[in-house]
This record gives sequence, C-alpha cells and structure tokens, in this order.
Amino acid sequence: MIQVNGKPMIWSEGMTVASMLKEKNYIYAKIVVKINGVFIPVEKYESTFIHDGDDVKAIHMLAGG
Amino acid sequence: MEIKAMKEARTLLTAFDYEPAPLERGYTDRSLHIRLGENRVEARAVPALVREKFIGGKGYGLKLLWDAVKPSTRWNDPENAIIVAGGPICGITQYPGSGKSLVCTISPMTDMPIDSNVGGYFGPYLKFSGYDALEISGKSEKDVVIFIDGNSGRVTIEEAPLEAVDGHVVAEQLTEMYAEDEEDKKNISIICAGTAAEHANIGLLNFSFYDLRRQVARLKQAGRGGIGRVFRDKKIKAVVIRFRGTKGNLNKPADQSRINKAGIKLHRQIHDLDDAQCRMRQIGTANIIEVMDAYDLLPTHNYQYGSHPDTYKIASKVFIEKYTTQGMPDGCWYGCSLSCAKTADHFELKTGPYKGHKVTIDGPEYENAAGLGSNCGIFDPEIILEANFYCDTYGVDTISFGTITAFAMECYERGIIDKSHTGGLELTFGNAMAQLELLHQMSRGEGFGYHIGLGVRHLKQYFAEEFGADRAFLEDIGMEQKGLEVSEYLPKESLAQQGGYGLTNKGPQHDEAWLIFMDMVNNQIPTFEDKAEALHYFPMFRTWFGLMGLCKLPWNDTTPADNGMTDEPAKIPEHVQNYVDLYNGVTGASIDKHELIRQSERVYNFQRVFNIRMGKGLRVHDAMPYRSMGPVTAQEYLSRQERYDQQMKELIGVDPEGKSVEEKIAIVRAYRVDQYEKLTDAVYKRRGWSSEGVPTTAYLREIGMDLPEVLEVVTPLQA
Ligand code: SF4
Repeated sequence: MIQVNGKPMIWSEGMTVASMLKEKNYIYAKIVVKINGVFIPVEKYESTFIHDGDDVKAIHMLAGG
Repeated sequence: MEIKAMKEARTLLTAFDYEPAPLERGYTDRSLHIRLGENRVEARAVPALVREKFIGGKGYGLKLLWDAVKPSTRWNDPENAIIVAGGPICGITQYPGSGKSLVCTISPMTDMPIDSNVGGYFGPYLKFSGYDALEISGKSEKDVVIFIDGNSGRVTIEEAPLEAVDGHVVAEQLTEMYAEDEEDKKNISIICAGTAAEHANIGLLNFSFYDLRRQVARLKQAGRGGIGRVFRDKKIKAVVIRFRGTKGNLNKPADQSRINKAGIKLHRQIHDLDDAQCRMRQIGTANIIEVMDAYDLLPTHNYQYGSHPDTYKIASKVFIEKYTTQGMPDGCWYGCSLSCAKTADHFELKTGPYKGHKVTIDGPEYENAAGLGSNCGIFDPEIILEANFYCDTYGVDTISFGTITAFAMECYERGIIDKSHTGGLELTFGNAMAQLELLHQMSRGEGFGYHIGLGVRHLKQYFAEEFGADRAFLEDIGMEQKGLEVSEYLPKESLAQQGGYGLTNKGPQHDEAWLIFMDMVNNQIPTFEDKAEALHYFPMFRTWFGLMGLCKLPWNDTTPADNGMTDEPAKIPEHVQNYVDLYNGVTGASIDKHELIRQSERVYNFQRVFNIRMGKGLRVHDAMPYRSMGPVTAQEYLSRQERYDQQMKELIGVDPEGKSVEEKIAIVRAYRVDQYEKLTDAVYKRRGWSSEGVPTTAYLREIGMDLPEVLEVVTPLQA
C-alpha cells in the first residue's frame, strides 16, 4: 500500500510514477510529483519506481477554473 | 447605403462636450453619468475616499450602484444603473490580461448586485477617453445609441430606430458607421446585447473589438446575471466608444520599467511552457473539457453525473483539428500573449434567421462546451458552436441557458413536463435541435423558450404551480442559488467547491473560488479550517482582478516552471508578486501581497452588505441545492455506488450492507448537508461574519470598511 495525496492506494510490483498516474487517470498537464518529499521531474516519470509504503504527492496545479 | 439610411433616421437627443481628463498613474478621477429619459449627461469627480476604499473596476461599480438605488429598487426600475469600469491597471499593454471591464447592475435573476468581467476594448478606451467609470441610469422611451468620442470629448445620445439588435449585426453596423476607414475600426468598441435580451432575464452584454486580420467585429461577453436584460429594458441598442491613439504608456504609470519587467518574464514563460501546460494559445479554456471528464467533474445530464462515454466527440482536439483557427494570436486586448480568445471562422449556420450565413464564432469556451453540450447530453461540436453563436448574438448567457435547459430536459425525461407544456418540443437529453429551437423562441419572446429565458428559479415555481410538480424534488435538482444558475463544474465530491459556489456574493459562479483539485484530488485542505482559509484567500485574491480590470487566466492558466517548489504553489507566488509590482508600478503606491488582499476585503464585504441592504446576503441565501452536494436519485447513487458505499463506511461509520438505496441516499444526504453547514460556520468565522453571515462591525472597522452607510445596514443585525 502507498499513500497518494494522503489517501491509500494499492501498490503493485514495478509501479512507476507514469503507471501510477495512468492508473489514477491523472491526465491533467500541470501535476507536480514528489515521492517522500523528493521532486520527480516529468522526464523521469517512466523510469522512477514507487516502492511499497512510499508517500506520493501528485499535486494538480489548478486553483481556478 | 444601409448605413446612410440609419444615420438619416437618427434624432439627436442631446450632446455633451467635455475636456478629456488627463490619465495619471492609472486614474482620471472622473466618472461619466448618463441619465436616459431625461437625456442628462454629466461628468463628476471621483472623491478621494471612493478611490481609497473602492480602488476601481468592480469597486467603483458597486459604490456607484449603491448610491443610485434604494433597497426597494428592482432591476427594471429607472434608478437601476449599469456601470462599466476598468481599474487602475486596465489599459496597460505590457502584461497579459490587462484590458478587462467590470459591469455592475441590479440583476433580474437575483434582485441584488451582479458583477461581470469582460474583455473587448471598451474598458481601456473609456479610460483613455477620460473616465474611470461610466454609469447609465434612467430609461429611454425609444431605442437609442450612445456615442462617446474620446478624442474630441463629445458624448451624444441619439434615437436609433433602424439599427439591428442582434449583437453580431449591430456591432458590424456601428463599427462601419463610426470608423473613418478600415484601419480606424480598431479604434471602435461597442457594447450591445441581442434580441433575446429583450425577453430573457438571462440576457447578456457583448463588448466588441475589431479584428483587423479577420475583418470582423468580435464579441466578448459580460455573461452572468442578466445585465443585457437591463440594458435592453433601458432601450439602449448600443454604447459606442471611439478612441484613436492607443499606446502602451497611456496609463501614465509611475514606474514603467517595473511593469515591463513583469511583462517580459510572463511573456517568456507563456512562450516556453504553454504548449506543454494548458495550450491556451491553441484552444483557450476548452482545453479542460476532457480533463474534467477524466476527474468526474464534467456536468452531464443536469449534473447527475461527471463524465460520459461520448465526451471524446467534443474533446478539445476535435475543436482544434476541425473548427478553431490555429496559428493566430488571439488576445482580447493588446499585449495578451496567452491569446485564449479563439474563434471558429467561416462556420456555416444550419438554423435560425441567419441560416446559411458563414460567421466567426468566438469560442467555444469550456463553459459553452459543458453547458450547451454535455450537461444537456449533447455531444455534437457543430451544435455547440451553433448554440454558442446564437447565444452571443441574441445576447444570452450560455452558462445559465445550458443549466436551465439541462434542468428542463431532466424534468421532461422524468415525466414532470411533457410535450403539451413544451409546445410540442421533445425535450429529451441530447435533442440538439430542440435546444436550438428554445434559443430561437427566446429571441422572439415566444413559447417554452420564453420560460427558459426566465431561469431555473422561475421554472421551479412555474412547473409546481401550473403543472403540479413536486416542489421539493425540483428544489433538489434545479441547479440555481440566489436565482443564478450554477456554472459548469460538478461539485458533488468537493465540499470546498460547494462552498466555492454557495458562499459567494453574486451566486454560484466559479470566479470567486475553484478549489476542486486542491480539495478533492490534492487533499491539501482536509479540515474545515483549511477549507475556510482557502474560501477566504481565493475569493479575496480573485476579487482583486475585478478591482484592477484584469483577466484571471494569466494568473493560473500558465505557471512558472519552478512553481511546484514554492511554499504555496496553489497561489502561484511569482505571479502574485507580479501583480503587486504592476499595481505599484502603475499607481506609485507600495503595497505588498497582504494589502492586496485587504483592498479586496473592503470591496468584498461592501458587496455582502449591499446584498443584505437589498434583503439578501444572509445564511439562508447561501444554501445550495442538494444535487450539488450528493446523489438525489437512485440512478445517481447506483452509478457511483462503490464510492458512496465506501464513504459511508469510512467517513460516516455506517455499514451500507443490507440497506436499501433510498436508505443509503438519506444517510449520505444527512451527512453531506451537515458537512456543508459546518463549512459555512468555519467560513463565516474566517471572514469575520456572524453565524447568520453578517459582517461584524468590529471586522468592518478592522478592514477599514466602516463607512456610515455600511454600518447603518449591519448594526441592527449584530447578534
Ligand atoms: S487570457 Fe484570454 S480572456 Fe484573458 S485577456 Fe488574454 S485573451 Fe483575453
């Protein structure tokens, strides 16, 4: 189990930032991702693995429609 | 020839000559007042106290409106005024989004002040012509055109019997009439409404600017709250302004280089990042259609659901690939490199009086696609564009029209109304031709379309009284509050956004606060206090755009690359600093980001007290229809059963096992309504209001909005 934005999500072997975003259907273009407080740049989404127990933030940068 | 005949049919009612006041540090300190019927025109000085407390734009609009009306004034009383004002920053050309006008009046929808923010060139030209604000009150007997010549300093009111009423026609006619040649057309801006605004309380105002490349007068809309209805009730066909000589420094700013610096930084950011961020330059606000669908936020079938399998048919890429002209920078004022004002050009209309005409359509905006499209179960991009065009030219608010039609369609589908009530229209979800027919009827003031034009609140009463509909059910599913229709986001899963809609001054429009991602997705504001803080900060911050004559899109539809690393990314701190720099650069003041909020707090609370003065503005008026909070019907519950059952277990502590859908709906409802009440308590507390929603005298003193007339309204209501 991992935490995404403070809510539990089932972890699976080989989960990357990219696969997590896909599973969550987080398609918005302006998302800032941090794993355990460490910022992950967009170009590393495919290659960065999420580990069981990680605290992930996927912050959508939109405060105004 | 046509123009010649129009001119010959004119009768001059009055002319007023003036010396245009110099513009210094963003202000002329003069306002222009026109009293129709009596044909009085006068210029007045803006008192120093008004400038200090109300700043400009919407602040000036509300103050002038307060002075013009009485608590008993209704929208169609002669003393009701329409006020147009930019603000001190309005008119600069170095920073994107700096040409907005704010329009205020007593709304036919809400019976209290409404304000609307609109592009086009009118606001800047008004200032360059010597006025910080324009107030029009009174009523004319016959149709008039008001003309302001900002260079020679002359205002005329003329009877104008032959000009058209529909927006796209009258804007073309008057641009042609008042410009000396093609080049001069860019110096003209026109305010007009449309034929539906003569009958529909959801009538809007169009503000024009001339697009030299397309050779067409484009229309931007002051959409919400029925200002166009007031305009046509006063028998104004148009207000025309002409100003020649626009330059980047006409605001005579105190520190031009400070403004330039902020502008250059933002232009570069937009250039480098927009294609990967919001694609505003490609498709404008419609970029979020599919995003809202993916997050279950796109209203479909009268806000029953948040997504639909057919959304791909109206996704942004469909408009980009097939309809919206690409590769043209489309700003609604000079210098806006975010250029979101997209158009569909050479679009051939299939219905109505302009059938067969090839027209330029400003849009679609996200709200049009969602309101005219998905919320009515319509997933045809050409219908959305056609309805968008007719809404604009007839002078109809697309958001209200979409929400009202969606409500009527649901009533039809549930058998609450039938063909005998709709004049034979089969008003099922997805019936695009029926939707367009309602619009055409509205423009003629006929049939069921006439009733649609009066709003959801009217329809609830009409259906209950005339057709015996269950009033309580209509209250649940009719998405209006304070008389204004909810804009096009589904707030069911975001308590903060329910507050963002409900705890507003003018009604459920998202321009005060849009907190859905912060709340529902990011989980950044989990407690009532966190939500209340956001529902204080964001409405105040966003009110400030209205004081200045600014567009809010360049604040958060583009973000600096390192924004995510800042302390408060949702606020976009670099842009907040830009705004502080712009204000100080123009006016020579030295405010900081806290004083910026304080400026808004004064006007925001003034507006709240204004509402109270008009017999509204209390807690009872801040309640929301339950459809905005949770599932009203079994279909809605069952469509997201897993989510609701899980929440029942985890948040409410009730096991859903063995309960009927009706029982579960009741349990969820009791919980969610209670949450909204608790949120209301927290927000009122944070805003310095009593538990009834009345600003306390102590708080009004603290923020410096303790004017005697304000205290007179609230003092008897202090607990
Ligand atoms: S961002 Fe769009 S709406 Fe705002 S000023 Fe620029 S073009 Fe106009």
